[in-house]
Amino acid sequence: MSRPTILGYVRPDGKVGIRNYLLVMSTVICSSFVARRIADQVQGAVAIENPFGCGQLEPDLEITKRTLIGMAKNPNVGGVLVVGLGCEQIQADELVREIEKTGKPVEKVVVQEVDGGTPAAIERGVTLLRRMAEEVLSQRPEEVDISNLVMGVECGGSDATSGLAANPVVGYASDKLVDLGGTVILSETPEMIGAEEILARRAVSREVGDKIIKAVKKWINLAASYGVDLVGTQPSPGNIAGGLSTIEEKSLGAIIKGGSRPIQGFVDYAEEVRGKGLWIMDTPGYDIMSVVGMVAGGATLVVFTTGRGTPTGNPITPVIKVTANPYTAKKMRENIDFDASTVTLGQETIEQAGERLFKLIIDVARGKPTRAELLGFREFVIHKIIPSF
Amino acid sequence: MGVESLQERYAIMLSSDDNVAVALKDLKAGEIVELVIGNSKLVVKLLDDIPFGHKFAIRDIHMCDYVIKYGHVIGRAKRDIKVGEHVHVHNVESLTAVYSVCRGGKP
Repeated sequence: MSRPTILGYVRPDGKVGIRNYLLVMSTVICSSFVARRIADQVQGAVAIENPFGCGQLEPDLEITKRTLIGMAKNPNVGGVLVVGLGCEQIQADELVREIEKTGKPVEKVVVQEVDGGTPAAIERGVTLLRRMAEEVLSQRPEEVDISNLVMGVECGGSDATSGLAANPVVGYASDKLVDLGGTVILSETPEMIGAEEILARRAVSREVGDKIIKAVKKWINLAASYGVDLVGTQPSPGNIAGGLSTIEEKSLGAIIKGGSRPIQGFVDYAEEVRGKGLWIMDTPGYDIMSVVGMVAGGATLVVFTTGRGTPTGNPITPVIKVTANPYTAKKMRENIDFDASTVTLGQETIEQAGERLFKLIIDVARGKPTRAELLGFREFVIHKIIPSF
Repeated sequence: MGVESLQERYAIMLSSDDNVAVALKDLKAGEIVELVIGNSKLVVKLLDDIPFGHKFAIRDIHMCDYVIKYGHVIGRAKRDIKVGEHVHVHNVESLTAVYSVCRGGKP
């Protein structure tokens, strides 16, 4: 059988995107409104409104910068306009220098440097971005091998059907993509508690395994420092009523969506994943933050399982919504891309549904829009660990 | 995943290595459930009511033996569990349990 191909935008650095956005990015909350007004006026442009960029201590500043740069470097983005205020901690020039390394077009507007204030800055930005759009939107996608795909897997609004059917179906597709030479990113470290030893044993090296165990401990200790016991309180009373008996069982039901292949590496939040196969990223369990981290790390497609029905999308990456809850599949049908409730109802095997899902993944990687894209869902939030100062 | 599932209408096994299966609907004690594992079939007579999403044993599990789901250890049996019995918090403990029956009730 011939290998599946996807329709990719091959970027100057060799990375392959499956979408072709112009990204307008604010360095700080103060320039976010300007960024949005610019993006609204140019075809193909999307804004991400950075809620931070100032009043941050160094560790958080690093995370914010890494996330912004990662979003801009993601190959689903063809060109970038950085919108700064001028006096903020994250300077536009610093971001521009990093993003330029990809070879894609990058421009900047700094509000305090433009004569006339924000209306003039918006005008300048629109002019720069329209010029860039002519070039970027002229690029045509090419037939490329599926191994170029980087897929993030996520779950949110989980219920009993998530661990029972939706996540195993996604796990089947994850294994299939890894076997074809692609990349899968699994995240949400706090949801690995109890399963960290199992994951560590699947790591390709002792070093990677140790990183997994250390990261899980870090989250347990962080919660404990606020007087919260992450281990003893799991599974929750609701989980127990739904049939989950132990924290290991709950965590396994979540991590199964990454499939069963060896774990090649473990990266920090929003850090670039530089290899093929299955990787783990250290993110919170907060689903939107986790999706943003994986996209900043290079995910060009996300598969998101939901029991209750989470509508979320991403500014630059298609998010495929999967549910195995028959009621959600019906009630939230306009938001759901893939109905895996056939598995819950005993009408289809995990393997059969997994094959169907894999076909949809290829379709989306060939340009088919997801429901979140069609409905305009573009949530963006960045992980932070310290209060603002 | 390696799950060549294993499927009948009323219950699912998440891996062929598992010693529990999960109910896909509310099942009653006395009902007979058939599971397909590869080319062979396993017939289990339920000893308890098993609500949707809950587990039942598909093999006898001895006290302090591992309970396996997704092909991995999800806990230990706190007492002997017979084929067809409900497997849940009353007879399973986490390996992270502070007071473990299998460690002599000690931390």
